[in-house]
Amino acid sequence: MQLNINDQTILASDVEPTETVLSYLRRSGLTGTKEGCASGDCGACTIMVGRTHGGETQYHTINSCIAPISQYASHHIVTVEGLAEKNGNLNPVQQAMVDCHGSQCGFCTPGFVMSLTALSEDNSNLPTDSAQRLEKVREAISGNLCRCTGYRPILDAGLQALNSPAPGIKPPSRVPDPSTTDLPGGFYQPASIAELNAAIQQAPEARRIAGGTDLMLEVTQLYREFSGLIDLTQVPELLVLEENEAHLTIGAAVPYTQIEDFFSARSPQLVKLLHRLGSKQIRNSGSIGGNLANGSPIADMPPILMSWDTTLQVGNAEGRQRDISIMDFYRGYRDVDLNPDEYIVSVTIPIAAVNRYHRFYKNSKRIEDDISSVMGAFSFELDNQLIKTARIAYGGMAATPIRLIEVEETLIGQTITPDLIDAACDTASKLLTPMTDVRASAEYRKAMALQMLARALRESHGETFLDITEVALGAGS
Amino acid sequence: MSAIGVDKNHESAVKHVTGKASYIDDITEAKGTLHIAVGQSPHARARIKSMNLDKVRSAQGVVDLVTADDVPGTIDVGPIYSGDLLLTNDIVEFMGQTIFAVAATTLDAAKRAVLLAEIEYEVETPITTIQQALEHQEFVLPTRQFRLGDAEQGLQSAPHRLSGEQTVRGQEHFYLEGQIAMAMPDEDGGMLIYSSTQHPTDIQKLVARVLDVDMHLIQVETRRMGGGFGGKESQAAPLGCLSALFALRTGQTVKYRMPRQDDMVQTGKRHDFWNRFDVGFDDKGELLGVKMELAGLCGCTADLSEGIVDRAMFHADNAYFLNQAQITGYRCKTNTVSNTAFRGFGGPKGMMMVESMMDDIARHLKLDPLDVRKSNLYAEGRDTTPYHQQVEQHIIGDLIEQLETSSDYRSRREAIQAYNAEQGQFRKGLAMTPVKFGISFTAIHLNQAGALVHIYTDGSILLSHGGTEMGQGLHTKICQVVANGFGVSLDRVQISASRTDKVPNTSPTAASSGTDLNGMAALDAVNQIRDRMIEFLSEHFETDAESITFGNDQVTVGNQTLSFNEAVSLSFMNRVQLSASGFYKTPDIHFDKEKGRGTPFYYFAHGAACSEVIVDTLTGEYRISRVDVLHDVGDSINPAIDIGQIEGGFVQGMGWLTTEELLWDDKGKLISNSPANYKIPTAYDVPDEFNVALYKEPNHKPTIYRSKAVGEPPLMLAISVWCALRDACASISGYEFNPQLNSPATPEQVYFAMQEAAAWKESSS
Repeated sequence: MQLNINDQTILASDVEPTETVLSYLRRSGLTGTKEGCASGDCGACTIMVGRTHGGETQYHTINSCIAPISQYASHHIVTVEGLAEKNGNLNPVQQAMVDCHGSQCGFCTPGFVMSLTALSEDNSNLPTDSAQRLEKVREAISGNLCRCTGYRPILDAGLQALNSPAPGIKPPSRVPDPSTTDLPGGFYQPASIAELNAAIQQAPEARRIAGGTDLMLEVTQLYREFSGLIDLTQVPELLVLEENEAHLTIGAAVPYTQIEDFFSARSPQLVKLLHRLGSKQIRNSGSIGGNLANGSPIADMPPILMSWDTTLQVGNAEGRQRDISIMDFYRGYRDVDLNPDEYIVSVTIPIAAVNRYHRFYKNSKRIEDDISSVMGAFSFELDNQLIKTARIAYGGMAATPIRLIEVEETLIGQTITPDLIDAACDTASKLLTPMTDVRASAEYRKAMALQMLARALRESHGETFLDITEVALGAGS
Repeated sequence: MSAIGVDKNHESAVKHVTGKASYIDDITEAKGTLHIAVGQSPHARARIKSMNLDKVRSAQGVVDLVTADDVPGTIDVGPIYSGDLLLTNDIVEFMGQTIFAVAATTLDAAKRAVLLAEIEYEVETPITTIQQALEHQEFVLPTRQFRLGDAEQGLQSAPHRLSGEQTVRGQEHFYLEGQIAMAMPDEDGGMLIYSSTQHPTDIQKLVARVLDVDMHLIQVETRRMGGGFGGKESQAAPLGCLSALFALRTGQTVKYRMPRQDDMVQTGKRHDFWNRFDVGFDDKGELLGVKMELAGLCGCTADLSEGIVDRAMFHADNAYFLNQAQITGYRCKTNTVSNTAFRGFGGPKGMMMVESMMDDIARHLKLDPLDVRKSNLYAEGRDTTPYHQQVEQHIIGDLIEQLETSSDYRSRREAIQAYNAEQGQFRKGLAMTPVKFGISFTAIHLNQAGALVHIYTDGSILLSHGGTEMGQGLHTKICQVVANGFGVSLDRVQISASRTDKVPNTSPTAASSGTDLNGMAALDAVNQIRDRMIEFLSEHFETDAESITFGNDQVTVGNQTLSFNEAVSLSFMNRVQLSASGFYKTPDIHFDKEKGRGTPFYYFAHGAACSEVIVDTLTGEYRISRVDVLHDVGDSINPAIDIGQIEGGFVQGMGWLTTEELLWDDKGKLISNSPANYKIPTAYDVPDEFNVALYKEPNHKPTIYRSKAVGEPPLMLAISVWCALRDACASISGYEFNPQLNSPATPEQVYFAMQEAAAWKESSS
């Protein structure tokens, strides 16, 4: 397999289909990229990857510890070793990190340098306001943990680097061509639905991978061996982002970062929520399809999609497709209605549902890059104070994502009053029996679920609440 | 004096940002290098009935396997007391304990192989909590007590009395570089071991014992750690010892790198504590008598818990004169991993109790908590600690006054009370808390250090010392000391890796002592060489020794000026020894453990922080709006590095008290076992406004350039965040009620503390 790393064309051999980018880099002597957790949680392994389209190469960051190297044969892989100039001059981010005393033990530093370099690389619509710039820097390093510095000097370095000219990662002098490279045995990279179906028929035991941000943990944490991997990220049907007169369609393999852009005008509520889903690196890779197919009861997207009456398009190896409502998709704890030869192609959301009044709330121990204790999604259609349609969905409250249809029904045709809100919360309280685990107690989960419901109803009625991420901190004033 | 007191960059800064700084896992592996994984107990308390490891032994890639029977020497790798077994024999004392180990051709092969073990256990009910251990009187070491005056009399005679308790949970170190060691066998039956450790000498000693060879055959090298924080003091030992054992048996280079989850499950952490107090005070809140009981969850062995619980007791007064006091420390034994050193070493746990108590007293008397704190500070005539050390340097009062002004405490207090009176969705909290932290190892013999300084004939200088670099900037500071001592530019001084064959018999780099001890040892070596050069030059040029000075990369001899290189070259040609080993031991410290009396600390480092928080009453979520810190580092050797330690320590302490929730289930399983469910702060969590300043006052003791230790003390400045959160919760009761707020104050804990305050308010109106 041919790879392009730091603009060097490399012939990689002895690559297992599940070998990670990190593993390959480190055994190739590129040890600047570190393993901190091997689970995509700490960012010490952050690298940049770029794809060239129409002569332009766009870069983003990924966690190399949970990304199969074979998935990036058609990318330009940039590591910390590829940043400084040949004469040893540091790039602006590296220089700023030195100037601001941004490293102490240094182990997380290459990851921060990559995240901040990616930010300054993509400085096309950089805000001029300093507070907004700081938000950009924070977002860029949302998936990078530092245990030594307390981050202040790293934030300073990020801001300093934004004032320098972009570091200018040079596009690869030779653009990798996926069609000419031999991927390792057991790694399939179909470029069409037909090829995908053929791959599934040829390797029915192979696991399907999009962002891999969850699947690859089975490899790096549980030491499972997969017979093969089928990469979904090059299948055009799984990458659509479309709007027609009635529906929005999102391909199952579209990474969250693109979904953020797609919804920037359509649902600022979703964009706000996505900023608390994983980290920048995770959002650059992770997909809706993965969030659904893994059947997690604490995933953030399913309650949202439930509140939006979403339909899943499911394909199979025989070439048949079927539609399934998200309400029928979950059968039990980590059990979804997906046969072994099936895969999610896309999800379709009625525009009318998106246009309803909606609120999404997430509760977690840490604001950034944390799995929800409770995720609530609420969607109401109001007609002259009367509730015409109601959707109330939760994650983290049961063995699967759930909708409280019983509560929804009590709201239909009613006007929102304090009594109605109390009654809805009473009903919800009887229906919700969450569990206690490492993230939260059952008691807290229930309290949060109920306050989310009450808040959503009150907000739809014109009251204003702020999230802790929105309130003005205004010290001492 | 140009190299001292200036913001020099970390000696490895450029290497850090380019990825060229080499950590142990980055060293090119020798051909045939083997990798270790260990078989771990799935039970917290059990007896092994039978063990069949055939499938492990024959698994793909496995080259060697060891159990307890295969250890040639001592199997115990405890740092001070016994009990920490490299491989357990038939009794299991915590979930994750190592039962056997394999060396295989790859780490993946080793990890897959250990899963194939067939082991039968007789499972017993584990003791997992402090309360259970106290009930069963299960202790790893005896209980100790400090007594000053008659605490009972003080309590009885007081016009006001309060009591309380708190749970303060532990903390996972989460150094970004996990534990790692690599052993390379040599021709003498010895080893060179690369170890990510704060204590190379301990690795050397324990490997020698495990292999049953003399220490001179074992050398340990530590260039840098990717973070330590106390977690690589005793906890690095099993990695060094197992890799050495396999290296001896196979003749191959052997690496033992713990994957993150193993590291979180198998290595010790900061202790959980359960603290109780009973206090008597007067109308102004001045303390008359205090009884405190501090119970630490030590886990299954003593490890370093003797000193850790001692240090909790030493800091249960923090900066306050307790008057008549009785402080009791329990070392509870549980079936959990043996807890260990972590920045602050028990100190934070004692301070949490007394700071919580101060707030309780203030709200009881309807006084501002800062006023109660100020009226109890140590001062002339009120200067005896519960362990009978006299506090000599009284700067904390002035330091607090300065911070009170610079942080605008009083007017912000008023503004916050007005804000909270509006009873909106959000509440604000404010708190200012001091830190007084004792500097010195309380194990007196550890307060010694060595250094080795060479000047080569080209005038370049190589420095080795007994400390290790874990990111704290120790090497940078000691290089500054050496450069300054010779009056040369910093780039002339090269630091070497810390090695047991360069500087022997070293103490751990711990207790914030790295610069104090090693800086003085390095200066001693520098002075020896300088004295020899001066003696020679004064003879050679027939001038007074007093007329010879070093500075600006030159040596001035009377009217003559030599370049430093010329002076070195001339000295060498005249057979002056240009190498010296230096030594230092801290004077004036002593402590009687049994009586609980003495002067365990050479001096105290001080600081104070003022934190403001904003809390969402609907969810308990919060943010830190502003933090002001004023901290005493004496005369700073490197302000940039010191401020880095203060900010980093603060944020680490803030994580400990807010989002980092270390949890076990009732079977003794660590359930916060990965970064997916154990949440250290991100950049988003740090104070929105963060003002850090250094208090200008030289150390009153003759430490290295009158500086003070800075590693640990700032961590405890973060107690102000916890107090501010509780202040916000208490505001719901009109500041009249003290809600229980256990630590960490997760959004959940804050939410229920607010609910408790609201319920009190309702019931009292």
